[in-house]
This record gives sequence, C-alpha cells and structure tokens, in this order.
Amino acid sequence: MISVENLSKQYGATTVVDGVSMVIERNSITVIVGTSGSGKSTLLRMINRLIEPTRGRVLIDGNDTTGEPAHLLRRRIGYVIQGHGLFPHRTVAENIATVPRLLGWDEARIRARVEELLAVFQLDQGAYAGAFPHQLSGGQQQRVGVARALAAEPAVLLMDEPFGALDPIIRAKAQDDLLDIQRRFGTTIVLVTHDMDEAFRLGDHVAVMSHGRLLQYDRPAVLLTHPADPFVSRMTGVSDRAMRLLSLTTAGEAALPGVSDGPAVAASASLREVLSELLWRGAESAAVMDADGTRRGYLTIAAILERGRPG
Amino acid sequence: MSTRTALTVPRLRRLDPLGALLAAAGAVAAVFLPFVVLKSNRIVPGDPRALLEVLPAWGALGCQVILICAALAALRVSNPRVRLGAALLGVVAVALAVAAAGDALTPAGNKVVRVSPGAGFWVLLVCLGLMATDATTRMRPGPGLRVLLLAVSIAVAGLALAHGTFDHLSVMREYAVNADRFAREARQHVWLALGSLAAAVLVALPTGILCHRVPRLRSGVLGTLNVIQTIPAIALFGILMAPLGALAAAVPLAAALGIRGIGAAPAAVALFLYSLLPIAANTVAGLKRVPRAAVEAARGMGMTSWQILTGIELILALPVILTGIRIVLVQNIGMVTVAALIGGGGLGTFVFQGIGQTAIDLVLLGAIPIVTLAFSAAVVLDALAEVLDRARQ
Amino acid sequence: MPGVAAILRFAALALLLAFLLMPQSFAPLFAPLTQYGAPPIYDQGNLLTLALAHLGLVCCAAAASTIVAVGLGIVVTRPSGAQFLPLSRTLVNIGQTFPPVAVLAVTVPLVGFGEKPTLIALFAYGLLPIFENTIVALQTCPPQVLEAASGMGMSARQRLLSVELPLALPLILEGIRLSLVINIGTATIGSTVAAKGLGEVIIAGLLSNNNAFILQGGLVTGLMAILLYDALAGLERRICRTAHLE
Repeated sequence: MISVENLSKQYGATTVVDGVSMVIERNSITVIVGTSGSGKSTLLRMINRLIEPTRGRVLIDGNDTTGEPAHLLRRRIGYVIQGHGLFPHRTVAENIATVPRLLGWDEARIRARVEELLAVFQLDQGAYAGAFPHQLSGGQQQRVGVARALAAEPAVLLMDEPFGALDPIIRAKAQDDLLDIQRRFGTTIVLVTHDMDEAFRLGDHVAVMSHGRLLQYDRPAVLLTHPADPFVSRMTGVSDRAMRLLSLTTAGEAALPGVSDGPAVAASASLREVLSELLWRGAESAAVMDADGTRRGYLTIAAILERGRPG
Repeated sequence: MSTRTALTVPRLRRLDPLGALLAAAGAVAAVFLPFVVLKSNRIVPGDPRALLEVLPAWGALGCQVILICAALAALRVSNPRVRLGAALLGVVAVALAVAAAGDALTPAGNKVVRVSPGAGFWVLLVCLGLMATDATTRMRPGPGLRVLLLAVSIAVAGLALAHGTFDHLSVMREYAVNADRFAREARQHVWLALGSLAAAVLVALPTGILCHRVPRLRSGVLGTLNVIQTIPAIALFGILMAPLGALAAAVPLAAALGIRGIGAAPAAVALFLYSLLPIAANTVAGLKRVPRAAVEAARGMGMTSWQILTGIELILALPVILTGIRIVLVQNIGMVTVAALIGGGGLGTFVFQGIGQTAIDLVLLGAIPIVTLAFSAAVVLDALAEVLDRARQ
Repeated sequence: MPGVAAILRFAALALLLAFLLMPQSFAPLFAPLTQYGAPPIYDQGNLLTLALAHLGLVCCAAAASTIVAVGLGIVVTRPSGAQFLPLSRTLVNIGQTFPPVAVLAVTVPLVGFGEKPTLIALFAYGLLPIFENTIVALQTCPPQVLEAASGMGMSARQRLLSVELPLALPLILEGIRLSLVINIGTATIGSTVAAKGLGEVIIAGLLSNNNAFILQGGLVTGLMAILLYDALAGLERRICRTAHLE
C-alpha cells in the first residue's frame, strides 16, 4: 500500500503538484491521467524520489520513503518510461539484469530470473538474450523495458507513459500483456497517461489531475457516473460516456442465468463489444461462454442497455 | 531580528565560486609574483620587481583600488554587465601599470635596458580575461555586439600602441628594431592565409557539390582529403619541397613565377591542400541539411537543376559552408607560422628567430599578432555564420 | 573498397618499417635529391630511435591530456560543476584559435629547451579536442537512458561509470585521436626547441640544404600520422561495433 500524504512540488513560484493525497491499494493498477502539464509525471516521480517533494510525504507499507537513500529506495521500485530508455551498449539480458546486479544477486539467480522474464514476455531466449536494443522492434524494446523494471521482483511498478511511443495495435497488445503480468506477479502498478481510453482499460482506480491538483480519484465507473468536476466529465468524454460505462463490465459479470440461441460471446468480452456484436448480427440475445466452452448464461440487448445508464 | 540573520547568513556564503578562484589567484599573483622583470640587456636573466615597488605612489594606489573593486565584483556581483565592466577596467589598469613600470624603470635615453611583463602581470591578465570571458558568456551577446566588442578592444589597443604607451616595454623594443620587417611579414602572413583559402574555396566548393550529387564519390574524395589533413604541416612542407624544386629546375617559367622548392610556394600549396577538407566536407554537410521538401517544391515549380543549386541549396547551406571557411581561416593563420621554417616568411619568422636566440620578446612579437589575427577571424566569421543562420529561420 | 584500404594500409606499414629498420637500402632512391655528395640518408642519428622517441613523446603527452581533459569534462557536466560549463566551452573555442606552434614558442621561455616545453605544449594543446568531445558526449547522452538509470536506483557514480562513460567512449576516443594527430605534427616542430624526434631530420635537411633529409623526415612523420590515425579510427569502429553504438 502506498500512501501519498499532502504532497506538493514547487519550482520557484510555480506549483507543479499541489497538496495531493491518495491511498494506492496493494495488488492493483492505479492510473493517473491528466493533460500535459497537469503534474501527473511529477507526482509519479516523487514516489520513487527522482524528484524530492517540497512538502508532504510518501509512505510505502507504512514506511516513510525518505528513511533510506533515494537510490536504494529506487532499486525496490520498478520504473518504466516512455521510449523505454534501454541501455544501448548492453544486451537485452544485461539490460534486464541491471537491478539484480546492483542488488548483488548471485549469477545463477540472475540468469534464472532473466530466463523467466524473457519467457514471460514472449522473447525467445536464443534469439534475443544476446541481442542489442537497436536490433529489436519498438514493441519488443518496450517489453524489455518492462521486463527490466520487474527483474528484481519489485512490489511496486511505476510507469510513465509506457506505451506512448507505440502504434495502436502494438499498444493494445502491450496493455493486455500488462494486465496479465499484473495478475501473474501481483505487482502494485501506478501508471501515468494522458490517454483516457488507456486509463479506463487498465485502471482499477483512476486519478484525474489538472493544474497540479487531484480532482477525483475513484473507480472508473464512478468517474463516469458521478464526475466530481466539470473537467473530469470533459476528460472522460460526455458524448460516449454510456459506451465507456459498458466497456467497464464484462459479459461474464453481467450474464443472466439461462440459455439463448443467439450468437456465442466470450465471458471476457466487454458489454460494449457484445452490444456491437448483437447490433451487427441483428440478434436480440447472445449466449455467454467461458474460455473452456462452458455456458455462463445469456445477455439481451435490453439487459445491456440497462447497464449503460448511471445509478 | 532572527529573520534578518537568516536572510543575511546564506547571502554571505553565496560567493561566486569562479570569482573566488580568480580573485584568490589574482591576489596571490599581485602580492607574490614579479609584476615586471628588469634586464640590463636583451639576453641576461632578469631582476624581478613587484607591482607596488615599480609604480609611483598615486599610481599604485589607483591600480590597487581598481583591482580590489574587480575582485569584489568577481566575488559578489552577479550582474554580468557590471562584472564585464569591472574586468575590463582591471585589464586597462594592469596594462597602464605595466606601461608605467616600463617608463619608470627605463633610464632616459637608454636603449639597452629591457623591461618585460613578469609572471604576476600575465596571471593577473589571465584572471581578468577569464572574468571578462565568463561575463561575456553569461550575457550571451548577439553577433553584432560580439564584433563590436572585438573592434573596440582592438581599436583601444591600437591607439595605445600608436600613442607609444608601451614603447618602453621589451616587446615594443623588439618591434622598434624590426618595424619594417614586421609590416612585411605581417602582410605575407595574411596574404598566405587568405590566398590559400581563396584558392581552396574555388576548388573545394565544386568538389563538395559534386560529392553531394554523386554519393559514390563521397567517401573516396573526402577520405583522401582527410588523409592529407593527417600529415603534419612541417612534413607536408618538406614533402612538397622536392617536387616544387624539381618543377622550378625543369620549367623556367615556373621559376620565373617564383615557384621554388624553398620559400612561399610549398607553404601556399600545403595550406591550400589542408584547406580542402573542411570546406568540401562542410559543403556536403550543408547541402545534406537542406530540407528535401524545399528541393522537391522547387523542382515541382519547374526550376532547373542549376536554379535549385544556386537559388535554394547553396543559400540554405551557406551557414555551414561558412563554418568550414572559418575553420580553415583560423587553421591557416596558425599554420602559416610553420612556413617560416622553410623560408615562407610570415610572422612565424619572429617566433622561430626568437626561439633560436632564446629571446622571448621576439617570440611574443610574432605570437601575439598571430593569436590576435586568428581570434579576430574566428569571432568575425562566427558572427557572420550566425547572422546568416538566423536569417534563414 | 575495404580490400583496397587494407592493401594500402599494409603497404604503408611495410614501407615505414622497412625504411626505419634498413634506411641505407633506400639510399639510391634519395641520392638524386642531394648535391655535392651529401649523404642521401640521415646520418646524425638512428631513424628508428628518433621515431620511437617521437612517438613516446606524443603518447606521454596524450595520456596526460586524456586524464586531465576527461576528468575536467566529467566535473563540468556534474550538477555541482555546471556553472563552469559555459566558461569551459568558451575557453575551448578560444583555445582552438591558438596555433600549436605559438603554444610551443611561449612555453620555451618558461621551462627552457628540450623535451619539457614540447611535452607541456603537446599536453596543453592536446587537452582541447578531448575536453570538447568529452563535454559534448556526456551532454548528449540520451535523457531517457539517464532517467532510466536513475529510476532503477543507480547512484550518481554507478550511472557515470556504467552508463554515461561507456556511451561517451566513441566520441572521447575520437577526441584522443584528433589530439594525437595534431601532436605528431607539433612534436616535429618541437625539434626546433631541441626535443628528440623526427623533426631533427627535417631541420637538419633545412639547415644543410639537403632535400633528401627533408623528404625522408616528412615521409616518415606523415606515414606515422596516417597509420596512427587509421589504427585509432579502426579501434573506435571496433569498440562501437562491439558496444553497438551507432
């Protein structure tokens, strides 16, 4: 658990982050979203003390982060930035091994960890362990960047616009991978983005920032249904908020008991996707199936529409 | 009360670190190092004299006050204009002090006694010069102002020299003896540097354009020119002497034109060869920098290849080409010095004669104008390149 | 193309070694350049010894300038030395307008004749290219890479040693190469102040009007400079390739 208490950062007379307090739950993904200059990156960088706060403090599992030298703190916190920042003069394996080496792990343990991460990130060991960053595609470089940040098994992973440099298709894949990774390692992830779709897709909680202030911090559905501020509703998008709301619930969660002779949809699909599918096929209802092929229940257009309304 | 101390204490500590270094070095130089060296003739070892013992009382006081003000400005003032002013005032004070020391220590009518600036003078001058340079850098002067500053400094120094302010100093004694030769060698120096530059521009510019148009030629041509650059000047002079000597012996016309194995001809040819690479390489780099879109648009509008080259590409590449010319000119001014070794003349004559006779004054008579020439050329051409570059954006 | 370069390189090296080891066998080639039965091959000293002394002088000076210039370059690019950076750059620019010969000439009166003034002048002039390249290299390290290094918990020292300096290495090596090549030439002029080196051969030729001496001094120095330049450029390419810095 990360507690941010009344955190502020000033540069001379300008206040970049203004009295932000929030509690980030363990084993969850929290997305901080805002326009450029909103102070979101500064807030993130104060958590691992790349920037020292002017006021306030950060506690990780109850311990004040100023209790140890900043570089030692950072070795326990994963950090991923836009454009990956891989060391061009080191191989993929050496890049991934950076923090374990800093921490003085023995070679066998480092090798095992690198192999494990290469496998997790679908990078063939023979082809990529000895490769240099410039020999990889953009998507592969980004994956190595995340693998490197996770190498020392950090409990917390900070990500600053990690997918900003990727094209839309690779970005979607990277986002799916991140959700898998989070489930697999149980890492607490704090991610900064300016992309609301990305925030809704990834975030268990979303924090909206503007001009250094935290405007609202809640579950995505609450941001849509009960925006605390006109800026929040502008950010979340007024025109398609019903569809956004539908995209937050999966077919599995909304399925009604019973059977349908309509088309089959996956339980992991969002209600938005199911609705689109039904409209396209001209069907009234769909059968919800689990990944292993067992029936979970059914959904009708009327039941989906019911979920697209606030309250 | 307590807030007041809190405010003043950090202020006291906030001494400028560079200023502190310079002030300390300057103070040590002023107190412990000889300001001038008095020699009973040109060659014998000298007799060191401190700043305070060589000046009349009021002069010493004035000089001290100005130097202390400059030191205080270096330590505590952050406004670069004030720092520059203080540093320049300090330079003037030190220069006048050394001139006055020359006048005071030379018995009337004596032409044998030598008064040379000592280590103390040079260290003070370097400290004040660094302070002025630092202040100028912080002011970020535009190209016009830089050239103006240079022109004013040279004019002031020139007026002082013409007025005879420094006539009793040893360097000027050497000048008085060599005045005729000095003018001739200086002309020769400039002529060699500029002449070889002009010839190199005529050859290297088309070569650069050709290399840009025909990429296959590029690595071969630039590589060859690069190899020439690698050969040490004196070696190239030496290598060229043999063929030019043979040419002069075989072709009477060449000899009549002044081409000989020894003298200015091998120097001019060598300087010309050295000048080719920077100009050609910068022409290629400048042309490469021209946005493709501009060239495409010009072609789309029906401009001919020649019109595109002269009307668009060369104009846009000019600042980079000019940078190449600046490199060459500064390099040539320095390298002409070596030409003196093979009888090519130039200000290097004094440098090498001075080395031969262990007469530092003669060395300085050659070296100071060379450095001034090179520095002025760099400032003026840099300013020109910057003006052109700005005009493009 | 690379084949031709390799042959030229080998030929140049073979020629240089042959001439330094068996200079007398080249006598018939140089004889036409001499007059009145002057010796066609330099006879006032061993050419190999002179060449080695020349190279030794240049390498000593370059080693000293490298240590000082890289050290200073690191200092002025750290936050604590940042305020010296603009001045350093200006000084480098001004320093480049000083001809190496002038530096040499001004050093003599300070320390006397011999190897010392030459070493000092070579050291002083050799600082510039290395210092400038070190500053440029350290300042142009990709900011994301530096951010990542800090973000992963490297201390300032670890970041410098294992990220910044390796990334800056090619450019620093280039500076060392430029400074070595300038210094081979300047060291030749060092012979005018009685430093032992190949300049002796050329100066002896100039004094006795012996074109053969001038030419062989020039050729040996030129060949040495070119071979050294080429070898260092090759070394740089190799380091860049193994480190994959393009």
